[in-house]
Amino acid sequence: MNQSAAIVEIRNLKYGVGGRPVFDGLAMEIPRGRVTAVMGPSGTGKTTLLRLITGQVAADGGSIRVADQELTGLSHAELYLLRRRMGMLFQNGALLTDLSVFENVAFPLREHTDLPERLIRQLVLTKLQAVGLRGAAEFMPAELSGGMSRRVALARAIVMDPEILIYDEPFVGLDPISLGVILRLIRRLNDALGLTSIVVSHDVQEISSVADVVFLLSGGKVVAQGAPQELRTYPSEIVVQFMGGLADGPVPFHFPATDYFGELLARDGDP
Amino acid sequence: MLAEFRDYLTASLADLGDVVRFLMRLLVNTPRALLRGDLIIAQIYNAGTLSLVIIMLSGLFVGMVLGLQGFQLLQRFGSEEALGTAATIGLVKELGPVVTALLFAGRAGTALASELGLMRATDQLSAMEMMAVDPIQRVVVPRFLGGVIAMPLLAAIFSMIGIYGAQLIGVQFMGVDSGSFWSQMQASVDLEDVTEGIVKSAVFGVACSLIAVYEGYHAMPTAEGVGQATTRTVVTSAVVTLFLDYLITAMFL
Repeated sequence: MNQSAAIVEIRNLKYGVGGRPVFDGLAMEIPRGRVTAVMGPSGTGKTTLLRLITGQVAADGGSIRVADQELTGLSHAELYLLRRRMGMLFQNGALLTDLSVFENVAFPLREHTDLPERLIRQLVLTKLQAVGLRGAAEFMPAELSGGMSRRVALARAIVMDPEILIYDEPFVGLDPISLGVILRLIRRLNDALGLTSIVVSHDVQEISSVADVVFLLSGGKVVAQGAPQELRTYPSEIVVQFMGGLADGPVPFHFPATDYFGELLARDGDP
Repeated sequence: MLAEFRDYLTASLADLGDVVRFLMRLLVNTPRALLRGDLIIAQIYNAGTLSLVIIMLSGLFVGMVLGLQGFQLLQRFGSEEALGTAATIGLVKELGPVVTALLFAGRAGTALASELGLMRATDQLSAMEMMAVDPIQRVVVPRFLGGVIAMPLLAAIFSMIGIYGAQLIGVQFMGVDSGSFWSQMQASVDLEDVTEGIVKSAVFGVACSLIAVYEGYHAMPTAEGVGQATTRTVVTSAVVTLFLDYLITAMFL
């Protein structure tokens, strides 16, 4: 993983919400052309990290370079140009509900290009075929299951041939079959289209089977990184807890609270 | 008490500042949005055509009430013939723009706010941003312009149907002379009266559409947030409309 091979470089990233730091000095290098997983317990800022990488929120300090461009200081227009080289799959698909499946996939093409209708049709149908939903082209988003919506959104995300494809929790709420389909698509699209894939997830088993590199975040820092099998034997309590799915450990089972018996025995009205 | 009022005033002024900045953002994006006429026409249909039935029905009833009340009142002075003037002035200058704006906020404003709020809640706006499509330009401005264009047209239709309603009661049922109803109206309603109505409906159109898209776009991405945004759209639109109505009326004196 040498430096020039990194498509996303994060250095000394600082970001906070309402005075509470989410990241304080985060550093990461995401290699080009691979499937990179970003894992971590809920609330460690995985989704926030995606929003930072895609420029949806601005960092408080530090540097984020995406495809050799520094995000801080990029103008609105430059950011939008950069985003044309990225595709993103949202948790629930985020399909435009007033457009059919076909029009959803055609949306970026219609907005950004003047391609003739015939070509748009071909491109859209090829992408839908790639996710196995060409037959559902005329459906409306409301008629699709959760897994199908996500596959349509995936077709939409790749229709502009992005260099980076970002998945935000792609496995949440999927049945085993849909999950298998999405897993296969992540790998296949990455290799067939020569993409870089970044997958944010906390599904250890699933992601281990598909990722080349795993970053494990906790408490706003990278606590472990490496190939999935390396992480299984990583000498760190938090990594062991997370990879093994243990209820208690460095990440406590109980959310911080006042004294248990004190609260139970307190009478009504007592603070 | 005084401190509370001061805090309330400060917060309101800050909100107003946000709304004005949002309006500036819409205006900056308007020229490019105008290139997409199809999107704006679709929104004129949503805000205007779909509001037609409620506007026309309300206009008819408001006009009929004016005809009835006006007749009763004018009869006391023996000047029933002035009914046409009274009803027309009342409708064109006041009731047309104001009642239309209130109905518009309730029918089209809530639809806009909840649609945008739900688009926010379901990540559709973020998805557009990620596809390098500016949601302000693609989604918000066409809806805003659709409302701005539809509202004066709706107010004009409201007043027109209202005058017909007043005529229906006054002339057909109460026996006011048809000739004097129309000729008195023609003689005493000035261009300035009509202009006042047009200015009012245009201003209300901008205000109500702006409030609706502002509240919808900034809705909290939860079921509760979308509900609140919708409620605030109606309440704020109503208060702002009535306040602006007073201001514009005073300006035209």
